[in-house]
Amino acid sequence: MPMDKKKVKLRLENISQSYVVNNEVRDAVSNVSIDVYDNEFLVILGPGHCGKSVLLNIIGGLEKPVEGNKYIDGVKFTGSDKRIGMVFQRLALMPWKTVMGNVEFGPRLAGVDKATRRKIAQKYIDLVGLKGFEKAYPHQLSGGMKQRVGIARAYANSPEILLMDEPFGQLDAQTRIVMEEEIQRIWQQEKRTIIFVTNNIEEAVYLGDRIILLSKCPARVKQIYEINLPRPRNTMDPEFLRIRREVSENTDLAL
Amino acid sequence: MAQNTKTRSNQNNERIALIQKQRKRTQVQNTMLAASGILGFILIWQIAAVSGLVNSRYIAKPLEIVNLFIVKLTDPNPDGAVLGVNVMSSLAVSLSGFGLAVLIGVPLGLFMGWYRGFDSFMRPIFEIIRPIPPVSWIPLTIVWLGIGLKAKAIIVFFAAFVPCLINSYTGIKQTSEVLINVAKTCGASNFTIFRKVGIPSAMTLTFAGIKVAIGNAWATLVAAEMLAASSGLGYMILMGRQFGRVDLVILGIVVIGAIGLVISKLIDMLENKVLGWKKL
Repeated sequence: MPMDKKKVKLRLENISQSYVVNNEVRDAVSNVSIDVYDNEFLVILGPGHCGKSVLLNIIGGLEKPVEGNKYIDGVKFTGSDKRIGMVFQRLALMPWKTVMGNVEFGPRLAGVDKATRRKIAQKYIDLVGLKGFEKAYPHQLSGGMKQRVGIARAYANSPEILLMDEPFGQLDAQTRIVMEEEIQRIWQQEKRTIIFVTNNIEEAVYLGDRIILLSKCPARVKQIYEINLPRPRNTMDPEFLRIRREVSENTDLAL
Repeated sequence: MAQNTKTRSNQNNERIALIQKQRKRTQVQNTMLAASGILGFILIWQIAAVSGLVNSRYIAKPLEIVNLFIVKLTDPNPDGAVLGVNVMSSLAVSLSGFGLAVLIGVPLGLFMGWYRGFDSFMRPIFEIIRPIPPVSWIPLTIVWLGIGLKAKAIIVFFAAFVPCLINSYTGIKQTSEVLINVAKTCGASNFTIFRKVGIPSAMTLTFAGIKVAIGNAWATLVAAEMLAASSGLGYMILMGRQFGRVDLVILGIVVIGAIGLVISKLIDMLENKVLGWKKL
């Protein structure tokens, strides 16, 4: 299916962000325009500290851009929006809440009654493979399990767009591979528009329908790759390796 | 297969029993160590008193203290009140001052830590009050309120208020930015984030502050009672000194220690309830 026939879910238009550091203006994001299609798995790839997280925070409404507009389904919006959920880079669970308490947090704030929100939370706890751990506290879980809770929590808010900010960046290599397979399975079972930020090229090629490659600071769109390999992808496949090399050669080195 | 699962669950139960047994043994050991620590201390005390190592005018034997404790339960001499009345009088002062300090100090600290404008407004007043030693309020409170419960409760309040406020302030300031962002992306308002994320995050330090506060409350109470009181444990100790009754002084100290222990255990229990998730 050609991309131009797909429905645009989220549109970013000329987004720029700057900060003042030591009396100097530093541009973090410069004039970024991106169309994200409905239910696509979009990976934003870029070197460390290039403004990827800033871009994601802007989409999620945690930061206000200096310039630019955001649209969902063609309608402009500002700030945070209930249709956008977020999975965070650092393990962001509330240590005083159980797995269930963490996952049902969003629906609870939204005033969903207990029986309904329990049902929603249970559905996503099951989906991420944590059945039986509902009553465990975060410090009793491994890193991978905690990030599963983070994913379930984001899903429980029933967002249309899911932002993931290097969600596996702090996991060990093996767990990371397992979680990459898992996020793919979860997404295929419960399709959402995912915007996944990473600095790991292999992860990007493994997960993305498309990869948007950002330049080093300030972040600009450098190149867009479409990955048409069937899923689940084989990281040893010659075509996979070819794309990986191509992306790799085009990636700016981080400082 | 079924048999296999069964043996597995049997092994599992055995393992759990073993771990529980080991845990129990450590508990018993700890209790015994604690008991022998206290016994050892009393023994050294007894030896010091009996051997004449310390002049008997300055020290009483442990058994004499026990004896005096029983006598003091019914005998109001020489300070004018039986032990129970003294204890109740001290408890009334310290708990009302301490309770007020927690009720006012903790919410104030939480609000100041969360709302910047409120912080700017309150901070100068607090910073002026903070370094004043609580005991230095005594002359003023005597003039204002006499030597009754209110005067002493206010002094205790000043002593307990500061750690309550500072700790809950610092605690809520340390709320993780990521958790705040999580709540934001869930659509929470600032006040909801304050309640659902800020306050729970602050609880660990708040409880540490409350524990410091109860210690301060007791310390100041005794000082206040020594200067302005007609009953209470501090008053009893003061009278003991004036009548040259070392045993009465020591009894007062021991009772204060024991009550302090009970109160801090009660706070521990409350803490376990609120912060129980840490222990699991």
